[in-house]
Parts: sequence; C-alpha cells; structure tokens
Amino acid sequence: MDKDFAARRRRDLIIAAVLAVIAALTPLFVKDVVVQNILILTLMYAGLSQSWNILSGYCGQISLGHALYFGLGAYTTELLFTKFGVLPWFGMLAGGVVSALIAMGLGYPFFRLRGHYFVIATIVIAEIGLLLFHNWEWAGAAMGITIPIRGDSWLKFQFLRTKLPYFYFALALCCLAWFVTWWLENSKWGFWWRAVKDNPDAAESLGVDVFNSKMGAAAVSAFLVAVGGSFYAQFVSYIDPESVMGFQFSLLMALPAVLGGIGTLWGPVLGAAILIPLTELTRFKFGGSGRGVDLIVYGTLIVLISLALPRGLLSLFSRPKKTGAAR
Amino acid sequence: MGLLYGLIAVGLALIFGLMDVTNFAHGEFLMIAMYLSFFLFAFFAIDPLLSAPLVAAALFIFGAVVYLLIVRFAMRAKANAGMVQIFTTFGLAIVMRGLAQFFFTPDYRSIPQSWLGGKTISVAGIFLPEPQLVGALVSILAFAGLYFFIHRTDFGRALEATREDPGAVALVGIDKNRVFAFGWGLGAALVGLAGAIMASFFYIYPDVGASFALIAYVTVALGGFGSVFGAFAGGIIVGLVEATTALVLPPSLKSVGIYAVYLLVVFIRPRGLFGSI
Repeated sequence: MDKDFAARRRRDLIIAAVLAVIAALTPLFVKDVVVQNILILTLMYAGLSQSWNILSGYCGQISLGHALYFGLGAYTTELLFTKFGVLPWFGMLAGGVVSALIAMGLGYPFFRLRGHYFVIATIVIAEIGLLLFHNWEWAGAAMGITIPIRGDSWLKFQFLRTKLPYFYFALALCCLAWFVTWWLENSKWGFWWRAVKDNPDAAESLGVDVFNSKMGAAAVSAFLVAVGGSFYAQFVSYIDPESVMGFQFSLLMALPAVLGGIGTLWGPVLGAAILIPLTELTRFKFGGSGRGVDLIVYGTLIVLISLALPRGLLSLFSRPKKTGAAR
Repeated sequence: MGLLYGLIAVGLALIFGLMDVTNFAHGEFLMIAMYLSFFLFAFFAIDPLLSAPLVAAALFIFGAVVYLLIVRFAMRAKANAGMVQIFTTFGLAIVMRGLAQFFFTPDYRSIPQSWLGGKTISVAGIFLPEPQLVGALVSILAFAGLYFFIHRTDFGRALEATREDPGAVALVGIDKNRVFAFGWGLGAALVGLAGAIMASFFYIYPDVGASFALIAYVTVALGGFGSVFGAFAGGIIVGLVEATTALVLPPSLKSVGIYAVYLLVVFIRPRGLFGSI
C-alpha cells in the first residue's frame, strides 16, 4: 500500500472523528425542535445513503429497491415489539439479520441480471413487498402499526419529551455506516467490489469471486439500512407500508450519495448534509400552500446538480487523479 | 387493458428500449397528455378521440424540447451516465408534478361525457367497453407503425445506428442530436396518444402518471430492450397476467402478478423475451 493512500485514510479518520464530536456537541447550542428534527433526519439519511453506497456505489449494483430493507427493519422491530413484547434493541438486530438474509436470498437470482434489468428488478421487488404488507392483516395492512406509548426509557428506546436520544442514535448510526465503509474500503472486499464495478468479466478472470463479493455487499448494505428503518419507526412511532416501504425511500437513500459523489467515502455525508436540510426547508417554506411549489424547487435543484456535477459535489474538491483520468 | 399498457409502453419502448436512455418522467408525460386532453374538452368541447392527434403533436414538440434542453446534457455526462439520466429525468418528473399541482390543483378531474366514455359494445355476445377497445386498436396501429418505422425507414436505421455507435454515425454525416430529438418527440407523441385515449375513462390528477410508469418500465423490460415487438408482446402478457391475478388474488394485489412474471422471465432469460441488448 503506498504511503499517500495510508496517509489519506488516517486523515479521513481524523476528520470523521472531529466532525462526529462537533455534531455531538450541536444539541448544546441548538434547542429549536424543528431544527433538531432536521438534524436527526439528515444524520439518518447520511447513514442510510452511506449503506446504500456500499452496494450501489462501491460494488456498482445500482439498487432502487432499498426501501424494502428499510421497511423490513421497521416492521420486524415493531411487529416483535407490539405482538411479542420484544425490546426494540433486539428487534433492530433481528430486522437487520432478516434483511441481510433476504438480501442474500434475492441476490442469488438477482445478481445474474445486469444494467436496466437489474435496476427494474430491484424496484419491482420492493413494490411487491409494499403490496404484500398492504394486504397483510396481521401486520396491520394499510392501517399500519401505531407504536404504543410506554413512557420515556432507553430500554424501550422511546422518548416523548426530548428528541436528544434519537439525535445521538442517528449520529451513532451515521458514524457506524461511515466507519464500516472506511474499514471495508481498504479490505480485500473493497478492492474486489471496485474491480467488479469497473469490469466484472475481467475481475472474474483474475480470480475475484464476483458473485460472493456482490452477496457480501448486499448483506452489509441491507443490514445497516434495516437498522435505519428500525430507528425511523421508533422515531416517528407510527408506521404503515407507504411510509416506510414506499419508492421515495429508495430514491432518498440514493440521492445524497449520487449528489455528493457515488462510490466515495464522503459523498453520502456531504450529499445528505446539503440535500436533507434543503428538502425540509423547501417543504417548510413552500409546502404549506399545497400547490407543489416545494416540488418544483426541489426537482429543479436535482436536475441542475446532476447535470452540472455528474461525479457529485465531491468532485469540486478533488484534484484530477493521476491515473484513471486516461480515457 | 393489456393493449392499453402496451400503448403507454410503446413510447417508452422507443425512448428507453431503442435509444437506451432512461426516462423516469414517462408517467408525467402521460399525465400532461391527459390534462391537455381534458382542457381541450373543457374549453373547446373537443372530444378526447378527436383531440388525440392534437395532443400527440403537442407532446411531440414537448418531448423534443425536453431532449434538447435537458436530456442531451445528461447523456453527455462522462461519469455515472446511468445515474445522471435517472436523476435528471426523475427531477424533471418531480418538477412536472409540482407544476401540475400548482396550475391544475391536486383535484381529481374527469371527462364526464365523451363519445367513448362508459359505453360498451357487444361482440359475439361478449360485452366490451368501447374506450378499451379503441385503445386496443390504436395500440396495435401504433405498434405496427413504429415497427415499420424502425425497420423500414432510413430514420429507423439512423436511430439504431446512433445508439450503437454515436461516433461512427457522426462520421457518416448523421446529426446525433437531430435523430434523438426526433426519437424523443416520437416517443412523447405516442404517450400523448395514450394519454388522450385514457383521459376519457380515467381520473386525471397530478400523480396519475406514477401508477402507470412502473408497469410501463416492466412491460418494456419484459419484452426486452431494443425490440418493438417485444414491448408489444410484453404489453399483452402484462394485461393477461393482471386479469388472471385479479381472479385469484384480491384486486389490490393484481400488480404483484405482473411483477412476479417479470422476475420469473428475467431469471430465466436475463435480457427479456425478445431483447437484443
């Protein structure tokens, strides 16, 4: 490993630690509930997008169906909690494991597909999940599940009077997703993924286990997204199929990574830090009219950013690479 | 119903399937066409069936303009071309939905009285709703026309050649942008046709496109990218599967059958039924 790379990785870790500490201190100064809410959502989407980025960015398997894992995480946690009284902390783990297993089960046939066929298959499978939950009486069908209020407690991960615990959990999730990405970037898998993304056939011929490396990426990615889903369910304390498994979540997970820089370590965090406050603010400012002005503003921004910076916002900061630029 | 999906899908087959450009705003094209048809009816009392050519012409211009103003630049992206296309067209879709909400309000509208609406025709003892029947006829004609167009005219060859190798095409003097702008116009005109016919028997609201768009993508992919006939076959299969699913499962699950068949087909044949890419 060359020295530059090692130095860069150490620098990334230090920057991340500093940012995390700064983020952890913000609630001391920010008391406004609306702003805290936006911060929580930003951290959550940063974490989700970071997880999405593992499969779609690093490994190059563009998934627009991650809402499935988000919803599975939310539903597993809440079904276990409301029906069997299992604490959300265990539900969260269970949701992650269920999602990772399902991701691998789906990966078995899915990873044979390429290009548009793969992307459409991911959208379709999430849509099937959505429709099934819509019709599943035991799981509340279209009515969803209202999480019973049992008072503030860390044990049940439920807080009514303050949003701070949610904030710190979202921060922890974001840090975890970042750290997993950072760690995997330099592992055997990280190198395999990039090889698979660039040219799967060449990778295969050089002895990369293409299929299993895709499976690994899918499992890690789905697990983390499901934990995010569990968190979201506890945070909003009411879930229905549309609100945790809808197509918009698949896009909201992908957008920050794409805007910030897909397949990069910092892209999702940067993208989320800009996109989510923007989304919430436009909704806050223009959404009340009910006349779609927030949609117009938001959509225009997406078009402009993706046209102007196809490599994402991060490309503004990085100098052109010595290699790789040769085309 | 299947042929109706076919009709929505045929325009997409041209844009998505033949030119290999992702268009996530296809459903919104449909929505605009339905509104146009509605307003032509509301203000000038032109029946949707008559206004269909007008709507198609308007959508042709719209499609070409969208290509020249936006998609052209998305295709030029050197990195992540696929994602850039997905998100620019998706952003466009959001803007169009927002604009529709802004100008037309989110209310549900419908065309109460039209030549086709609510009437049925009896063929050999089977009652068929007229709008669907006309939709089916137009759909077959549109597919036949497109098939002829792609395989028998110079433009069709130019289009395929441009997708295959834009560089080489430029060398023999074909203007890539002109060809693709025309292709986008044509694709949009076809969905305009679909919108005008559907306006006579469907509620019209800003989000109407979303419910049809996914099925249109599935239809095109099921038939296989790069094949007009595939999209047509895909449309028929989707219609049949939907009808069969509705018999055995609750109506709200009818799309599950379509999605399951898509997955089954691509697992067995990863490039769709008649796909060439």
